Amino acid sequence: MSYTKSQLSYLVILRMLIGWHFLYEGIVKVWNPEWSAKGYLMSSEWIFKGLFQAMAEYDGPLMVIDFLNAWGLTIIGLFLVLGFFNKGAAVAGATLLGFYYLAHPPLIGLESPLPTEGSYLFVNKNLIELFALLVLYAFPTGHIVGIDYLIDKYRGKAVSK
Amino acid sequence: MKEDKGGLTRRDIIKGLAALPVLGGFAIGASSKRSHDRELKESILKELNIEATAPPSSGPMSGDPVRIGIIGFGIRGKQLARAAGFATKEWIATMNENAQTNKNDTRLKDFLGQEDLNIRISGVCDLFDVRAEEAIDSFSTEGFIPKRFRHYSDMIASPDIDAVIIATADHWHAPIAIDAAKAGKHVYIEKPMTHTLSETYELYNTVRASNIVFQLGHQHRQTQSFLTAQDIIKKNVLGHISLVQTNTNRNDDNGAWQYTIHEKANEQTIDWEQFVSNRGPVPFNKEHFFRWRKWWTYGSGLTGDLMTHDYDRINTIMKIGIPKYALTSGGIYTHRDGRNVPDVIQVSLEFPEYTSGTSQESGKEKGLTFLYSATLGNGFNRPSILMGHDATMELGNQLTIHAERRSTRYQEMIENEVLDPEVPLYSYDPSSKGGVDGVTSATAKYFANRGLMYTYRDGKRVDSTFLHIREWLSCIRNGGTPSCNIEQGFQEAITALMSTISYKLGKRVEWDSEKNEIVNPDGDDFDQALTV
Repeated sequence: MSYTKSQLSYLVILRMLIGWHFLYEGIVKVWNPEWSAKGYLMSSEWIFKGLFQAMAEYDGPLMVIDFLNAWGLTIIGLFLVLGFFNKGAAVAGATLLGFYYLAHPPLIGLESPLPTEGSYLFVNKNLIELFALLVLYAFPTGHIVGIDYLIDKYRGKAVSK
Repeated sequence: MKEDKGGLTRRDIIKGLAALPVLGGFAIGASSKRSHDRELKESILKELNIEATAPPSSGPMSGDPVRIGIIGFGIRGKQLARAAGFATKEWIATMNENAQTNKNDTRLKDFLGQEDLNIRISGVCDLFDVRAEEAIDSFSTEGFIPKRFRHYSDMIASPDIDAVIIATADHWHAPIAIDAAKAGKHVYIEKPMTHTLSETYELYNTVRASNIVFQLGHQHRQTQSFLTAQDIIKKNVLGHISLVQTNTNRNDDNGAWQYTIHEKANEQTIDWEQFVSNRGPVPFNKEHFFRWRKWWTYGSGLTGDLMTHDYDRINTIMKIGIPKYALTSGGIYTHRDGRNVPDVIQVSLEFPEYTSGTSQESGKEKGLTFLYSATLGNGFNRPSILMGHDATMELGNQLTIHAERRSTRYQEMIENEVLDPEVPLYSYDPSSKGGVDGVTSATAKYFANRGLMYTYRDGKRVDSTFLHIREWLSCIRNGGTPSCNIEQGFQEAITALMSTISYKLGKRVEWDSEKNEIVNPDGDDFDQALTV
């Protein structure tokens, strides 16, 4: 895929910003042994409430969820920033965001207990970030700027020889 | 693109590793943010030096089963039996239905998962046939049928009973406990401990002279956070505490003791004569029998019924003892249904000599008011708060402390913006992994306040009544003194009775700690005032 200079610049910047956000969200959870998704899951609303609460009810599954969340966010963030395995990272990140959105969707009649800094109806920042990741999936840049580029380069060379 | 021959070009390196400066920036940013937050948190925690500990668990339940007699098998009696491991068939059926319609209702599952306390319910005494029969029917097993005792004294005299759980109407608590202690039976007694002054002294002296294990039913003593709260007081985190505020807020008929009157209740099924035998002749009244909390003759009003829980909780962590003065006012403002106990009440207990230390110059460290404010006409949640010169603590399952803007101790930290009085400087949530947080985020605080963080602990709801009964049984088996022993009970009883006397006589009541009695300059008949 070929991009204009400005297309490429903005796509790479967007990738880095989302990567940074994921990486920091992940790393603060990894650093904080007391962090748990329990509160977020237990206060879930809408039709998936039962599912999310069941996930948080027992310590065993909750530990797995906490681990996957903290390290998932970190690794996805790192991959996005580095430009490594970007399509996979974008899909994985979008999936996580989908869960966050479904646990607390800004629908009419649902009073989320989460304090928010803005006003949202149907669309919130999780949803926007989710679709931004899908944009990055559709317009990948890792093979132009990123580790993937180096890998291609190495492979290309190996094949041509 | 130009094919490179000898490996990667500089341009390739730049394209491939464009992220490195970003990651470098990230590493610097994240680590300085982390050390900033840590420094804040650690400087606060170091300054406070609070040891967050859970109470030790009570001893093993091994040996022969303890043979228990239950006296009073009403609402509370059934709850106590369940906490001890025995649920009625009816309750199990109802809970089973509830669990099937509501997946989140785990009461039956929690009950079935409860530890076996290795006891046997050997006897039941209830003045209402239906209840006594329900207990016998539910607790009978193959080869063993609990005995029904028509009179509590027969149960106490029985060689087949080691210990009794007393959950009768208040006016029978002390008389039964006194007789049980004399007969050497261990006693678990519901609050309030007593109904009159004279029986308070008699029970105290009898239990002291006996070898029985005595536990008063203030299960809040088992709250996970209370040792931590004690340490907070000891370390003088709050500074001089001048006011403690506790509350009851209820707004429903059940909370106002308007219990259901059983359809089978009549003079044939209720031993009414025995019920009123220590209160003079009263004509049969089934409402009095089922809703006894509404009348002073049998019940203790908001002071004995509910203030005692809050008083005992504060006494557990602050060791306030018996107040110097009690002043109570209130009235019946919602439930004008023939009751004579008030449904709105304010109690001021004065402790002029109390001190827990201070951060200020000497002379500013003495004196405390314990304020209890209750209404049965509004359910708004007012938390218990301990108000000190340096900080305020909200007391519940979790503890939350806010620094005082004008604190002496934290003045420098507030000035240096290490502390923000708007944000809790400390929170203890026994259900979280580490339990302790220095500067909690708004979200975490929000969850903590909504109780979402501790509804489930270790995957299970923990019933404090279960822990309280377990502690009593452990002392019976392994020795030791339960946390709510007769000394604590005496303080609870005198405090509650002083508050009620103040309400009934419309005057401030004074305690003489030298003589160990209530000052009585007007020659009032306190017991008379308490029971009519």
